[in-house]
Amino acid sequence: MTPFVDIAFLILSFFIMATKFKPQDPVEITTPNSVSSEILPTDNAIMILITKDNQVMFSPLAEKDPGVFDQIIQGINTKRNLGLTPAEMANFRKTPAVGVPFTGLKQLLSLSPEDQKALKQPGIPVLDSATNELVWWINEAKSAFAQTSARTMKILIKGDGNSKFPTFDGVVSALKRNDELKYNLVTTPEDIPVNSELGKMKREAEASPAKK
Amino acid sequence: MASLDTGDSGGHKKGPGVKKAKKLSTRVDMTPMVDLGFLLITFFIFTATMNEPTAMDLNMPKDTDKEDEQTKTKQSGALTVMLGKDNKVFYYEGELTNENASQIFQQTTFKGIRDEIIKKKNAVIAAYRTDPACEEKARKEGKKVSDCKQQDFFVVIKPTEDATYKNAVDILDEMTINDVKRYALMKISPTELDLVKASGGTSK
Repeated sequence: MTPFVDIAFLILSFFIMATKFKPQDPVEITTPNSVSSEILPTDNAIMILITKDNQVMFSPLAEKDPGVFDQIIQGINTKRNLGLTPAEMANFRKTPAVGVPFTGLKQLLSLSPEDQKALKQPGIPVLDSATNELVWWINEAKSAFAQTSARTMKILIKGDGNSKFPTFDGVVSALKRNDELKYNLVTTPEDIPVNSELGKMKREAEASPAKK
Repeated sequence: MASLDTGDSGGHKKGPGVKKAKKLSTRVDMTPMVDLGFLLITFFIFTATMNEPTAMDLNMPKDTDKEDEQTKTKQSGALTVMLGKDNKVFYYEGELTNENASQIFQQTTFKGIRDEIIKKKNAVIAAYRTDPACEEKARKEGKKVSDCKQQDFFVVIKPTEDATYKNAVDILDEMTINDVKRYALMKISPTELDLVKASGGTSK
């Protein structure tokens, strides 16, 4: 039995090492597949979520500089005249994602993070270019990241595969209006088709590493 | 060591009446530990996320009205792909006019579009005549000279309002899979939308 137990514990230690607990997303999103193998940045970025019901949510990823959160919400508060209290603004750090129009922001931030999860958020309006509120969020995030961190902000778009294209288009136009033209789409990895051009290129690169 | 038996002098000696110290077994019952081990294995197997999410790059062109900043493309090398509802894909090659619409406008699926892309790409490569300026530039920038062969190939992606985000990602992925260097996401024109509608590609 001893070798058997040895192997079992070896497997156990492997899984303990390999497991990474990822923070729970505010909403469940099934991302589409792609052949891309690039690693997702997890810091110094903003994540724009698109749920399967075409609701847009906004969430800055700045674990190392929590000051970014304060700057964003302060900027939004003054520019949009929302009249948030300091306590509500401090709560923004703990908010998993904002998915309400500016009119509902005060109510959202007055709730505790647990209650926010239970709240059904209607999404940030993006479809109409005149009321595209995501433009403001991106603008604030851009200036906040530019002040506090040396590196540039990455933009992650995590969309549900079943969300409709116009919502994505609205997100992209909000980004474009802030002169942001490079994005990372969050996807689930997929195998590269063997007989495709990319498959051939990969194999050639592996066969002759000296060339590259 | 060689020694004489001197009776009870040593003390280690076991003799009659000296109790043999009971040798304790070093073996422990491992069953509970192994049980726990397997329990943990199952737990970690179930929670393990082997598929780490990946990032797919998307670069959009800047919206511009200035003529000289716009990307120029040859009509002969263009392939326009439109995405409709229920994963329907429509495509045409070259330029769409009122006369040729019925002939060149076609419908396919996400499986079929790959062959069309490859077919069009090969046609463009076959029609390629050596362009020294492009090859020189590629050599200078350390890019592949063979990419010049497909310099006229341009895929225009036009999703309708009924296309899903997955459709858009799939078609962008198709560009990576087939090594298409030049492609763009664009708004669909009214003429194209009418054709898609006529083929049952929209819900309206």
